[in-house]
Amino acid sequence: MNLHHQLQSEIAKLLTRRWFLQNCGVGLGAMAFNSLLSNDVRAADTPNPLAPKQSHFPAKAKRVVYLFQAGAPSHLELFDPKPELAKRDGQLPPADLLKDYRAAFINPNSALLGPKYTFHTHGQAAIELGETLPYTGKMVNDLCFIRSMHTDAVNHAPGQVMMNTGAQQFGRPSFGAWTLYGLGTESDDLPGYVVLTSAKGTSGGASNYGSGFLPTSFGGIPFRGSGDPVLYLSNPKGFDDKTQRTSLDSLRRLNEIALEDFGDPEIAARIQSYETAYRLQSSAPELMDLSSEEQHVLNQYNIKDVNQSTFGRNCLLARRLLERGVRFVQLFHEAWDHHSGLTNGIKRSCEVTDQPSAALVADLKQRGLLEDTLVIWGGEFGRTPMVQTGNDGRDHHNRCFTIWLAGGGIKAGHVHGKTDEIGFNVVEDGVHVHDLNATLLHLLGLDHTRLTYRFQGRDFRLTDVHGHVVNDILS
Amino acid sequence: MGNHIVKVTVFLIAVLVLASASMSTVLGADQTIDFQQHIRPILVEHCFKCHGPDEGTRQSDLRLDLREMATAKRNSGELAIVPGNPDASWVLMRVTSDDPDLVMPPPNENNALTSAQISMLRQWIQAGAKYSPHWAFVPPRQTDLLDLREDPTTGQLVDAAKPISHPIDGMVAHRLKKAGVAMSPPAPHDVLCRRIHLDVIGLPPSPSEVTQFVAVAEQDPASAVAALVERLLHSAHYGEKWARHWLDVARYADTNGYEKDLPREQWAWRDWVIQVINADLPYNQFIIEQIAGDLLPNRTQNQLIATGFLRNGMINEEGAIVFEQFRMEGLFDRMDCIGKAVLGISIQCAQCHNHKYDPISQNEYYGMFAFLNDTCESKSWVYTQQQQKQIVEITAEIGHLENQCREHNPDYQQQIADWERSQLAAAPQWEILDTTEQVWVGGVNHPEEKADHSVMVMGHPTTEGTMYVVAEPQLDGITGLRLEALTHGDLPFGGPGQSYRGTFALSELTVEVKPSGSDSWKKLTLNHASSDFAEEDQPLVLEDSTPDEKRRIGPIAFLIDENIETGWRADRGPLIRNTESVAVVQFAEPLQLPTRTLFRVTLDLKHSPGKQGVQNTMLGRMRFALTRSLNPRAANYDHAATLAMQKPPAHRRATETAAVFRAWRKSVPELSAMNQQIAACQQQYPEAHTSVLTVTARDPTDRRNTFLLDRGVWDKPKQRIRPHVPALFHPLHLGEADHSEDGLCGPASATSTALAPRLAFARWLVDPNSPFAARVQVNRVWQAIFGKGLVETPEDFGLRAPQPEYLNVLDWLAVDFVAGDWSTKHLIRTILFSATYQQSSQINPEILRLDPQNSWLARSPRFRAEAEVIRDIALSVSGLLNRKIGGASILPPVPDNVLNDTFTRPDWTVATGVERYRRALYVFRKRSMPDPVLMNFDAPNADFSCARRIRSNTPLAALVALNEPVFVEAARAMALRILREGGTTDQERTAYAFRLCTARSVKPAEQAEVLALLKDCRTRLAEGSLSINEVATGNLDRPLELPTGCSPQDAAAWTIAARVLLNLDETLSKN
Repeated sequence: MNLHHQLQSEIAKLLTRRWFLQNCGVGLGAMAFNSLLSNDVRAADTPNPLAPKQSHFPAKAKRVVYLFQAGAPSHLELFDPKPELAKRDGQLPPADLLKDYRAAFINPNSALLGPKYTFHTHGQAAIELGETLPYTGKMVNDLCFIRSMHTDAVNHAPGQVMMNTGAQQFGRPSFGAWTLYGLGTESDDLPGYVVLTSAKGTSGGASNYGSGFLPTSFGGIPFRGSGDPVLYLSNPKGFDDKTQRTSLDSLRRLNEIALEDFGDPEIAARIQSYETAYRLQSSAPELMDLSSEEQHVLNQYNIKDVNQSTFGRNCLLARRLLERGVRFVQLFHEAWDHHSGLTNGIKRSCEVTDQPSAALVADLKQRGLLEDTLVIWGGEFGRTPMVQTGNDGRDHHNRCFTIWLAGGGIKAGHVHGKTDEIGFNVVEDGVHVHDLNATLLHLLGLDHTRLTYRFQGRDFRLTDVHGHVVNDILS
Repeated sequence: MGNHIVKVTVFLIAVLVLASASMSTVLGADQTIDFQQHIRPILVEHCFKCHGPDEGTRQSDLRLDLREMATAKRNSGELAIVPGNPDASWVLMRVTSDDPDLVMPPPNENNALTSAQISMLRQWIQAGAKYSPHWAFVPPRQTDLLDLREDPTTGQLVDAAKPISHPIDGMVAHRLKKAGVAMSPPAPHDVLCRRIHLDVIGLPPSPSEVTQFVAVAEQDPASAVAALVERLLHSAHYGEKWARHWLDVARYADTNGYEKDLPREQWAWRDWVIQVINADLPYNQFIIEQIAGDLLPNRTQNQLIATGFLRNGMINEEGAIVFEQFRMEGLFDRMDCIGKAVLGISIQCAQCHNHKYDPISQNEYYGMFAFLNDTCESKSWVYTQQQQKQIVEITAEIGHLENQCREHNPDYQQQIADWERSQLAAAPQWEILDTTEQVWVGGVNHPEEKADHSVMVMGHPTTEGTMYVVAEPQLDGITGLRLEALTHGDLPFGGPGQSYRGTFALSELTVEVKPSGSDSWKKLTLNHASSDFAEEDQPLVLEDSTPDEKRRIGPIAFLIDENIETGWRADRGPLIRNTESVAVVQFAEPLQLPTRTLFRVTLDLKHSPGKQGVQNTMLGRMRFALTRSLNPRAANYDHAATLAMQKPPAHRRATETAAVFRAWRKSVPELSAMNQQIAACQQQYPEAHTSVLTVTARDPTDRRNTFLLDRGVWDKPKQRIRPHVPALFHPLHLGEADHSEDGLCGPASATSTALAPRLAFARWLVDPNSPFAARVQVNRVWQAIFGKGLVETPEDFGLRAPQPEYLNVLDWLAVDFVAGDWSTKHLIRTILFSATYQQSSQINPEILRLDPQNSWLARSPRFRAEAEVIRDIALSVSGLLNRKIGGASILPPVPDNVLNDTFTRPDWTVATGVERYRRALYVFRKRSMPDPVLMNFDAPNADFSCARRIRSNTPLAALVALNEPVFVEAARAMALRILREGGTTDQERTAYAFRLCTARSVKPAEQAEVLALLKDCRTRLAEGSLSINEVATGNLDRPLELPTGCSPQDAAAWTIAARVLLNLDETLSKN
């Protein structure tokens, strides 16, 4: 049989409706998120755009957990020790630094503010961290710190959207959406890209995890900390599970009659969507139910009350999602915008995030998942070495900030990049947002210049026309 | 296992798609090479990136998009293309070379040509390398329908005597014949009836409407369709359905976006869209009014509202933003929107550099940008028709009374002139303060001084705070300080304040000085304040309408009483609310300070009633001045008159002349009775019921020039650019403007006879000679009906757009559209009357195999309805739908956990009663919190213009239709409707339910399935495993309002069944 005949035969089989129905009893991931044979989705011209896809080259990381610290944590208190800044507390910054510089709120020519916390040395590589990060400190042998991040934006909403989508303009696909587009998902009963939120809502809003111009199926699905974990997961009042099952059985049989009549594969896809929805009705609550987790695990994540939605609980949920084959989990914790009350603010936010973040890395490691899971921790920009609001606040600063990475393909126990003695400018190995994204995609086996989607006659990329893989942080 | 099979199939289909794609480009020996169809796509994909229109990235100075360049002898002596001689053509040598240094495209591009492509290039060059312009860049022409009578397979003329019944059908049949397939039979009448309803009004037909249609159609299908289409085109729901398609591309939303995402009033614009679509406003006029309605002669309120189109984009109000940055972002968005909505070309590539594929340069991008850049970001009141009438009456009455004033004083002009002279003589001499620093304490705002030394505060909607300006004036004998509150088109209703009404309130004004060398500021004693106007002393009324007795507002004395709890406000009421004001304060002692003394004026703001910024009362534009005159005071008439008097009478605008007249008549004691009458009349002036964001022309003294921006970055201006359009398209003549002195801003004065550039641009966009205007609209309408445009990428008709299968249909309709006076109703009629549209949507496996995308249209497409239509179907079949047209958006139920996930939790008073069941068009669109129902059915969230929705089919959507409260309420209501109207037995009711949901008769197998479900439910209800009340009402205690003769159990069982039927694929789809 030649290839052409083989293809025709496969197509014929696909379109033989009974066959289709009987052979497609597969999961959320592998089946029909999108219109079958629809030409709408040109870049996803396969029946199921979420089916697992081959990466461009062998991947170091198979899944991602992104702990997004919205509001922009201060690198000067947490990650980038600056004894010189302490010495110059109260002095004005060197005038030559301020040329063309834009802060958001302050007059750039404001006094320098020494770091509010001392730094301690951790791990084999003697990496220094602020004293409010004791748990992160214990994990530094597994972490890679990039102290030379920089970005284009100085306001929160554009900054967060820049970090998550590679553009300050709203409406571009998020990193998670690009990842699903590139790799699909292996989860049968859960969405491929799940979003968890603690503290308050983010400045960037839903655009931080949106699909942009990619098909909506690639966007992040928020799992809610209270109420239905997935919107409208619960049946209406009075409808028990048996009624739901009976109803869906009837619906399926009625839709099968329509499928016979119209011969439209889209109807088969619809049948599958309802079946998957039914499975999600049990898989999502099962995921959120932490009663099967042992007490020492809860302690490790600093979870006091399993029913209370916190950053800690979200970290544990992230691990459970990753275990279940979810490709991309993103946590948003908007709590770092310390224009004033910096000292207490940093302390409080660290109390909430330090222990669980470290616990997640340790837990993934212990379960053998860390080696092919990419963990990212960081916000949308840094904070000014200059003071804002009396003596205890810092403004937005886009010239440098720190993030840390861990897991699949990342050089562990490493510090990349260097800032000047007051933490104002990058002086060595700068990493722009586009470079970071290029590197993260690289670890996922994706060439950022080849992961494109044609929209409006242009091949769009997460990294626009920029980005270089930062080889120095690869293991 | 299942997984494996699916993956294999996925792979095979992908291969097949590719295989068929390349098959269609491998030509038989007898076929000719067409540049458009075969060659240009190769050049675009493989060559233009480096050898195309963008000179910035052009390599080796070789340009292949123009024949004269591609065939010209190059400096090296080589010839890229030698027509008729492929072997002498370097292009062929390079693309076939084995040498990695020579082969094109370079190996690292991973973009090598296939042998089929190379062979086509060879054949094309052999045949003379003929170029032809891209179809989308030349105006459409209609195919000669007579050509369609040629049998595509034999070349023989067929049916020469028989006229072609319908142009679309003629073209489709011709194509199908070539492919050897036939059109599908007509859809059953009931299915067609529902299809037409969904397409024209977005609502399904009632069972009786279906029955009536079927009865007529059985006799005469053509007239039945004609009558139905006509009736529906006249329904007000038509405008609702078709407005939504435009709202997508116009990025309509009810909030401002970004972090704050505050609510905006914009629904008046949406109402305008509904109204004009219902009135079938010609499409060219539809576009002109939205781009430049404010500039039309004698423009109406509606034409101003229309410009809200340009303002539908996002507004950043985050703390500390630079207003200009996000104004520019807004303009980029406006360009993107016009590109997608009207031009059908992706111009935004050229924001940063010349377009790589389409011949649009960066210069030309900013040329179009310049038409839009010189506007005010204005906000305008919207009055009801009744109010507009009232305003006309009041204005006439005031005019009449003022005429009486004139009649009483026949020499009034002389009197005014004398009065003006006396006023000017008595007025203090003011020196405008040139400020050196403008600071908002804390930095949440960035005040800026303009060329006329006025200071503007834009951006964050601040409700509390302090700002100051610093200057270094000559401080010798200064007796007083003047603060002018000035108007500006960028402020709401012209300002001068930023409040909801454009008013301001100032809590405190202080003045300090710091002599050179001193470290500290010394506060000066202010001992007298006067103003042209101030309100009575009253408590500040908070957002929730409660008066705050502690915080008081009104008299000018409050400005300097050293009490932050009291403030000055000057709201003159709706007629002359948005006018200038002035305050003058006196220093206790004339200032005698050494030179180089710094002088600081501080303003405190603490009289905004709300917290979220909607009610901020910041002063938007202000100017300071100093005087040495003795005992300086503000005049006791409106500052507008004072400002007008600074101009010679002949140069005053009508509003300025009126202000002076008003001030004068109030000063004449004999006119006091008349003045009182006028004041009483003013009292009647109505408050507008809503507002809308608009654009308006800038003041000629405040013109804004456009610069090409380096790499598209807002604060990196390069050379100035005058308004112009891409050379690619039909020309735009600006008349006099072209010859004005600097040639940059268009007409320099309002008296110029040349068209305002933006209006000229608007007309140019819909010029009958435009290659894009009609095509883009035709394609958009076609896409709405067929689920896919004739050009699949409605936002991009450029060189990279897929070649349309039915370009002839597009062009025929486009020409017909313009000939039909741009009537969209005519266009819809034409499409709906075609047999192509009326075909059955049943899928023939053989045709599916040959044409999986249904590009040939051998059947009617069937697809899931749009998000809004799905919700409206549920409301409609359940009988809950509230058919009211227009008005403000309604707040749908949204789960608490969604509301909590927002940056600032919105006030969310959920619509109850009938308001809850308005059409989905009226559901409030909050950008940062997309409506969870509509979003799951792929409604765009308006962050940017959306010309094409992508349909998904997800479990999350299934959960919405099964469990979302409004859908569940629909199921419960539908159950009662079935019991009420659907007969007395479950058989009859099932048949009725199917008519409701699908418009067709139930099939026996379906009947059996539903009856079995009902039986099962009844059993469980009877045995008490389910609560009848809870199922049927959602509440154990709520009493059921049952139709006579029905049991509670009927209601419960049918609620379960109705929920199933509302979720049928057929219910959710257009079949």
